[in-house]
Amino acid sequence: MAALRRLTPLAWLGPALVLIGVVVLWPVVVMVQSSFQHIGGEGFVAGYNGTDNYDRLFHEPDFAAVLLRTLVWVVVVVAVTMLLSLGLAQLFHQRFPGRRVARWALIVPWAASVMMTALIFRWALDPSSGVINLFLHQIGVVDKLGSNQAHWLGDPHRALPWMMAVAVFVSLPFTTYAILSGLQGIPEDVYEAASLDGAAGLRTYRDITLPLLRPAIVVATLINVINVFNSFPIIWEMTRGGPGYQTSTSTIYMVDLKQGNVGEAAAMSVINFALVIVIVVVYLSTTRWKEQVDR
Amino acid sequence: MRTSRARTVALAAGAYLVAIVFLLPYVEMVITAGRTKSELLDANYFPKHFTFSNFTSLWSADGLGGNIWVSLRVAGGATLLALLVAIPAGYYTARHRFRGRTAFLLVVLATQMFQPAAMLVGLQREFVNFNLPSATVSLIIVNAGFNLAFAIWILNAFFSSIPVELEEAAQVDGLSRIGALVRITLPLAAPGIVTALIFTFITAWNEFLVALTLSLGSPPGDRPLTVAIDGYVGQYSTDWGHLFAGGLVATVPVIILFALIERRVVTGLTAGAVK
Repeated sequence: MAALRRLTPLAWLGPALVLIGVVVLWPVVVMVQSSFQHIGGEGFVAGYNGTDNYDRLFHEPDFAAVLLRTLVWVVVVVAVTMLLSLGLAQLFHQRFPGRRVARWALIVPWAASVMMTALIFRWALDPSSGVINLFLHQIGVVDKLGSNQAHWLGDPHRALPWMMAVAVFVSLPFTTYAILSGLQGIPEDVYEAASLDGAAGLRTYRDITLPLLRPAIVVATLINVINVFNSFPIIWEMTRGGPGYQTSTSTIYMVDLKQGNVGEAAAMSVINFALVIVIVVVYLSTTRWKEQVDR
Repeated sequence: MRTSRARTVALAAGAYLVAIVFLLPYVEMVITAGRTKSELLDANYFPKHFTFSNFTSLWSADGLGGNIWVSLRVAGGATLLALLVAIPAGYYTARHRFRGRTAFLLVVLATQMFQPAAMLVGLQREFVNFNLPSATVSLIIVNAGFNLAFAIWILNAFFSSIPVELEEAAQVDGLSRIGALVRITLPLAAPGIVTALIFTFITAWNEFLVALTLSLGSPPGDRPLTVAIDGYVGQYSTDWGHLFAGGLVATVPVIILFALIERRVVTGLTAGAVK
């Protein structure tokens, strides 16, 4: 009877454990295993081949550039998102008529699929008829519609900043909302005490608001790093990672490798996976996250 | 008094401006969906004529209507599966302290850090071996799995906030334990259930990469909407009017649903990480 009672939790949690096992944990095992296998075109496994997949991957001419670009992509997109969101949250935290409606507009890019948003921007950047180019032409930035200058996505050096802007755009709503909920959690009397002490304006923000927002900032940054690192639809829809691999991040590169060599794509996935874990651990230890939570 | 009024006006103006910037891309989607074929490539903000033909053609033979139906089945199925699995787990972890409870919640939390994109190769190889009858079934399972963490955490929080005394009182009045759960606790947890439901539905509805990978072998009419739209883009002359009409049908209902749960989503996404 006692043994039976010990099994009761399993009846309630079992289905969740099975689903997590099948969808989240087992694929990791299969992925690591595949990275040490020679896998043919039809998914046919021709046996283990040691570290051949990794060797091939490390010798790919684009490998180093793709990794470096991934790092720049994550750091720039997340940093810009966090900075803008701190400002936006501050703005939308104030009282003004119509605040609910304005906040509602903010969630639209969050609710819409990222893939659709990326396609809209691709369409709006069309060299001859895109509305962004039309606007840039009218204010004098683009000299002639349909020219090479208006073909932003055809030039890797100019395509990447545009795609980063779209990535920031779709990350802003969640981040702003996360910081907003952090702001709402700061009690009013903290500010009253500060104003009695003569603190005001930016000093209050730096000395009181920011430290109290820290948990919200840490969590939002963490979720953004993971999302932005794994982001696929933006680059896929706007440039497909090209020309060549000149606008690919490691996620795009992995998907492309998968068409030709599944084993090598698995090796790239394993490295992506390890990178995310390293980034998360480094970030958490530098922000002394645990102390914050334990306190 | 005057300065504070001027400040409010400035704040409101700034916020409305930001709001408009956030809406502009989607306004452009509406305008493009209303463009006629002959005016599609004109360089202007508004065409001279608007048409509904891009919307009516969605339900023609090679339109996107069938793909909308596939996405509806995938997202609906995933939502149902995720809730069926998450409700007992969220309830039990809220009501009982047992060995392995913390470990279980940590495993759930860890899965939130895992993204389908990161383990795509594993998912593809695993689900090929399952030999499921269609990609729809595979996508239901995968989407349910990756949204489970959110659902369990938010349900756990809601169940924890409902006093256990209410259930005990109902049991004294003659309800069984399951009866008390179904008749008393579930209705009280409805806001949490609705949040988990809508969030899972939207995420599964919008999901693209796993859908692209697992449904590539399916006939074009059996692919989810996101994959079908992506297929349009690859073509020599993309039919942007038709594409954005389909995109609009896919986006508008989701935005309305999201607006309903907006306040609670942040709690669900960050609660686990802070606790």
